[in-house]
Amino acid sequence: MTRRVARRLADLVVVFLGVTLIIHLMVFALPGDPIAALGGDRPLAPNVVAELRERYHLDEPVLQQYLRYLGGLLQGDLGTTFQGQSVADRMALRWPVTITLALTAWGIEVLLGVLLGLVAGLRAGAVSDRLILAGTVVATSIPVFVLAVSAQLWLGARLSWFPVAGTGEGWPTAYLLPAAVIAVFGLASVARLMRGSVVDTLRTDYVRTLRAKGLRERQVVGVHVMRSSAIPVLTFLAIDLGYLLGGTVVVEGVFNLPGVGQLLFQAIRAHEGPTIVGVSTALIVVFLLTNLLVDLLASVLDPRIRHE
Amino acid sequence: MTDPASAAATPDATLDNAPGSAPGRAPVLEVRDLTVSFRVDDGRAPDVAAVRGVSFDVLPGEVLAIVGESGSGKSVSSLALLGLLGRHAVVGGSARLGGPGQEPVELIGLDRRALQDVRGRRVAMVFQDSSGALDPVFTVGFQLDEMLRRHAPDLSRAQRRDRAVELLSMVELPDPAQRLRFYPHQLSGGQAQRVMIAMALACDPEVLLADEPTTALDVTVQREVLDVLRRLRERVSTSIVLITHDMGVVADLADRVVVMRAGEVVETAPVRQLFDAPRAAYTRELLAAVPRVGTHERPSGATESARPALAFDELVVEYRDRRGRAVRAVDGVTLSVRPGEIVALVGESGSGKSSMGRCALGLAPVTSGTVEVVGTRPGHDSPRTVRAARSRVGVVFQNPAASLNPRYSIGESVAEPLLVHAGLRGAELERRTAELLESVELPAAWVSRYPHELSGGQLQRVSIARAISLGPDLLIADEPTSALDVSVQATVLDVFREVQRSLGFACLFISHDLAVVDELADRVAVLHQGRLVEAGERTRVLGSPEQDYTRRLLAAAPVPDPAEQATRRATARS
Repeated sequence: MTRRVARRLADLVVVFLGVTLIIHLMVFALPGDPIAALGGDRPLAPNVVAELRERYHLDEPVLQQYLRYLGGLLQGDLGTTFQGQSVADRMALRWPVTITLALTAWGIEVLLGVLLGLVAGLRAGAVSDRLILAGTVVATSIPVFVLAVSAQLWLGARLSWFPVAGTGEGWPTAYLLPAAVIAVFGLASVARLMRGSVVDTLRTDYVRTLRAKGLRERQVVGVHVMRSSAIPVLTFLAIDLGYLLGGTVVVEGVFNLPGVGQLLFQAIRAHEGPTIVGVSTALIVVFLLTNLLVDLLASVLDPRIRHE
Repeated sequence: MTDPASAAATPDATLDNAPGSAPGRAPVLEVRDLTVSFRVDDGRAPDVAAVRGVSFDVLPGEVLAIVGESGSGKSVSSLALLGLLGRHAVVGGSARLGGPGQEPVELIGLDRRALQDVRGRRVAMVFQDSSGALDPVFTVGFQLDEMLRRHAPDLSRAQRRDRAVELLSMVELPDPAQRLRFYPHQLSGGQAQRVMIAMALACDPEVLLADEPTTALDVTVQREVLDVLRRLRERVSTSIVLITHDMGVVADLADRVVVMRAGEVVETAPVRQLFDAPRAAYTRELLAAVPRVGTHERPSGATESARPALAFDELVVEYRDRRGRAVRAVDGVTLSVRPGEIVALVGESGSGKSSMGRCALGLAPVTSGTVEVVGTRPGHDSPRTVRAARSRVGVVFQNPAASLNPRYSIGESVAEPLLVHAGLRGAELERRTAELLESVELPAAWVSRYPHELSGGQLQRVSIARAISLGPDLLIADEPTSALDVSVQATVLDVFREVQRSLGFACLFISHDLAVVDELADRVAVLHQGRLVEAGERTRVLGSPEQDYTRRLLAAAPVPDPAEQATRRATARS
């Protein structure tokens, strides 16, 4: 087990280096000059530009910039924005919003997705199964943007069930609606994955054995079918948590939630290289860590992985 | 212990009083007019009848064998008794359960909760695929404990643990206390089957339904599990219903036999009577189809030739496991097949016999040593030569349903090699395809049929037709009849022998079944854990084996003859 964790951590370092390098290169390749943009419509004096370039090391080759950035990271420094703010400080204010939003959405996915999938799987072919299946198809085919705006209009503005925008009312009221909107897509996938998994498990010989042992159906499903079916679903849920943390851009925009997604969006628009790299790096770390965690959880659930 | 001889000695006159009834003692389980049919398409298509009016009794402490080929309804009947068939099955008739001193209960039509109380506690089941029948994510101990917790709620945790250890030692599993912490994948197939048996016996059921309990196991392992079952009869009062297709297993273990065919009981008789004087024509056919090791003389089609059709020289095959460690599948085997000769490669699973077959086809890595196939040496000669040689090698695999493309008609499958290698087109191709189908005794008019329209035996004949389409010099046959019923196996083997005699190709025949090998092969090579144990003329190896392992292998396969099986048991014990 320890060897497994060590190996996974080593993998994690390699992936981390690769992904941050790619982001660095991509930010560098963005069209437009951020220093020139700082001056607005008025062109900056050449000596000012040169000084700014030197201060932010923009005159160095990209690889050298990357290594310098990594060096800073090791000392806990995520870099400085062109306005002179610390990237870490800017993110610190926004993380709680995004994390709350993502975790709320994830919770909705886990609860509803697993439940709907289980019901559909246990009644494969019945009316309830078909309804759930049709529902998931509809849900996945609506663009997040459309869903977000309509939800805001109907449930927020017209019916006033939820606040229209902002985080003023705190958790859960302010977060439920945007969380539900981003959860819909993953929810449909979770439900379908769970359904297939349950159907497969119910067909196995060992479920027949459990029934032949005289176990109550509640035990067969609750103890055995649930655990076996959860293993593939869990892997998806882990990847999805990463997606939720990074993919809240649109929803944070629509509902005006001051989260990391919004920060990233603004940074990309303003060519804020250090912020883009900083936010992305943080998201990657979160993503890699959740994956590691789920891998370990899967090996707890499935002894065959553990003894590999 | 009930000796088969004494069972046979009971008067047979009473046997015919009622259908399926047995003399003397009151039955533990009385099945009358059991019918099972399956609803198709929610009733839009006519129901399919799987079991029609089946009646039999299970007496206290006896082993009742239900034999039949696939589709005979033997497994369906047993699953129907416990209501395990799912919602598409309609079950009728009666099945009264009630051992001595037990409350009688009618199983058919019993409500779900009451049925759940009967399952496991009064009637337990053991299935064929033991490794698949245990939940892979829970320990053996948990799964045993679960059974006890369900049916014996009065026991304390410690008592349940003691009982679990006792059960595992009853089925002769070594270190029973440690095994409780094992997961199913850490057990071998035979060990997993013993755990299944232990679990089934946990609550002292009146009846144990064992559905092909040893079919998925190697012969020596099968022997061990049969031994365990046999010794259990001396210690527990449970009656065993043994569902099997293997007449050898029947002869070894059963007291009485029910023969089923196409959903109906054909014959019910004490075991000796069934083997000595079968009354039903079908029983006689079934018994005649069972291959037996007899080692009678037979001319060999082998020709003396400078170059063998296939030669392995000090062959070593290694695979890498997930951690990159080398696992040696074949360990320094030297063996050759002369033109026109059938050499059988015999061994249990993991012996390396299939790896050797794959080597001959160029599908397995040769770690060291050489393989020479129809005059070429893959890895030494140019790829072009090797590829050209490949068209002179045919192959037949175990599962014909999986080795034929389901979207090709059987005509297309057989014609494909002719099209690719021989360049035949049009009428010439059609004529040759028809000829090939006829040579394996299939009507030429079937060319446009698809695999799903054919039975397993017919499909295997199509595979043979495809393998011989180019007139190969060498044929690799990997367990070609293992997935087939005995009577089907007999016809496929006939076809195979016929085709080999007329075409005279050399053949490497891979099999675990010594009786099949005895019917077909000229020479026999025995493999064990990747090493060649013994090789030689068939009559010599099977008739007077020199090596201990060959002898064990021969002794492990139960023979379809209760008297001889009893003698073997007696000699094994002394």
